[in-house]
Amino acid sequence: MTELDPAPQSSVERSASERPVPQPGPPSRGADTNEAVERAYRDAYGSVLATLIRFLGGDFDAAEEALADVFATALETWPRDGIPASPAAWLTTAARNRALDAIRRDRRQADKLAVLQQELAVTEVAPMHLGTEGGLEDDRLRLIFTCCHPALPLDARVALTLRTLGGLTTPEIARAFLVPEATLAQRLVRAKRKIRQAGIPYRVPRAEELPERLDSVLATLYLVFNEGYLASAGATAVRHELCTEAIRLAAIVADLLPDRPETHGLLALLLLQDSRREARLGADGSIALLEEQDRSRWDRAEIARGQEALDRGFAAAARLSHASVGRYLLQASIAAEHARTADGRSTDWRAIATLYEALSRIDPSPIIELNRAVAIAQADGPAAGLSLLDDLAARGQLDGYHLLPAARADLLRRLGRLPEAAAEYERALAICDNDAERRFLQRRLAETRS
Amino acid sequence: MRYMLLIYSEEAQPDAAPGATPEIPPAWLEYTDWLLKKGYHSAGEQLAGSSAATTVRVRDGNRLVTDGPFTETKEVLGGYYLLDCDSLDEALEAAARCPGALYGSIEVRPIIGMAMPG
Repeated sequence: MTELDPAPQSSVERSASERPVPQPGPPSRGADTNEAVERAYRDAYGSVLATLIRFLGGDFDAAEEALADVFATALETWPRDGIPASPAAWLTTAARNRALDAIRRDRRQADKLAVLQQELAVTEVAPMHLGTEGGLEDDRLRLIFTCCHPALPLDARVALTLRTLGGLTTPEIARAFLVPEATLAQRLVRAKRKIRQAGIPYRVPRAEELPERLDSVLATLYLVFNEGYLASAGATAVRHELCTEAIRLAAIVADLLPDRPETHGLLALLLLQDSRREARLGADGSIALLEEQDRSRWDRAEIARGQEALDRGFAAAARLSHASVGRYLLQASIAAEHARTADGRSTDWRAIATLYEALSRIDPSPIIELNRAVAIAQADGPAAGLSLLDDLAARGQLDGYHLLPAARADLLRRLGRLPEAAAEYERALAICDNDAERRFLQRRLAETRS
Repeated sequence: MRYMLLIYSEEAQPDAAPGATPEIPPAWLEYTDWLLKKGYHSAGEQLAGSSAATTVRVRDGNRLVTDGPFTETKEVLGGYYLLDCDSLDEALEAAARCPGALYGSIEVRPIIGMAMPG
């Protein structure tokens, strides 16, 4: 890990012109019952919507509309009559009836051909699985793979996944990604149009397609998480919801595809990274170094869950083949190495350097080499790390990436070459646009000069 | 659904002549066979090189004829297949198997179904 704990994926949206003025939070519904209703609804949303979309022959809009109608009803009746024993079954039945009503209403207006097509679609997807656990799970997988189809642009996959599986509202997603609501709404409309026009099927990929398609799903969820995790101060509360949501969805995917090692790998990685969230920001809102973090603030329960997921991942990989240990299992292993030690001093940097080496074999990237160099600096001393960083800098692939000068600055500082360190901190500051990271770099720069 | 696979690549021989019957490489024959066997194939053809291309525009009633392809790019349209598939996933699998995908790019475009008049 470098000082600044980088995540290899960059943000979806970085365009300054698209950043809106901060908006107030969502209106509070207040009452406890309403919160319970919302929670039940949120938990059931993805799987109910997934079933409805199949029932309606792939029509996302009609399914969303029906579910929104039914939620309005639930907000009235659930607080009065109590939350149903199975909110998912209740919502599915009610929304299916609502959708059928809508089709019947339409039938009077639409021409005969459209009616026939709709009838065909409805009979074809006869809801034989409705209500059975297996059916609902298949539907959820269908929805995940459709939303994360590689034929959709990455930002659309993210938005669609959060909207349909996560049940987040369009304004909520827009706030979390710091884009105007209209931009986000447009992105969703385009994504759904492409699904329809390009004929992206509503189905679980076949076994031979699964590796590629699963990669796309995991990358989408990782990006959702990082967007929340790397959030700069200010919008942290809203954005942390992205982390929670990414973890929830990753757990669902790991549950649905337990024999794929990387599903557990991603879940483990997210849990282990998230466990450090509270300790990650110092009191002044600057990033706290891994070695400076108050490890008593790491979430031990989350670390335990992460470790369990990691174990499940390696067990699944052992059942397949050695080559099935992928980037998420390796990254999670690195995070687990950090989590294992109660203080930074006993960290096994040698093991971490080896893990980074394995990672760069799967996924050659200068950022991973940067991290490996930092691990080597910890294991063998700053001079060894610095020479690797110098090679990396000479290749120029990381020009414009602030963590390279930041890492060089740190090693120069530890070698006592303070004027050079100060110059590197200044270079890092000139290209870093994250507030929390900037505060850290400024603090270091001041220390170097004093 | 119907899909067009547009095969783009850098041209090996820009002056591949129309009318001539160059030998079709075995990989392409096998691929076309595969498309036929899967029931996807509905049409497909190789185009003559871009040096044989002529571009026509009509502006304000005037016909403008220029030599060469519509855009001068490194990768040019070299051929196409018209496929009948169940979904984009089938079309993408077909595109990935196309020999042209190994050295060029295959653009997959759905065909808009239009009702015939009358």
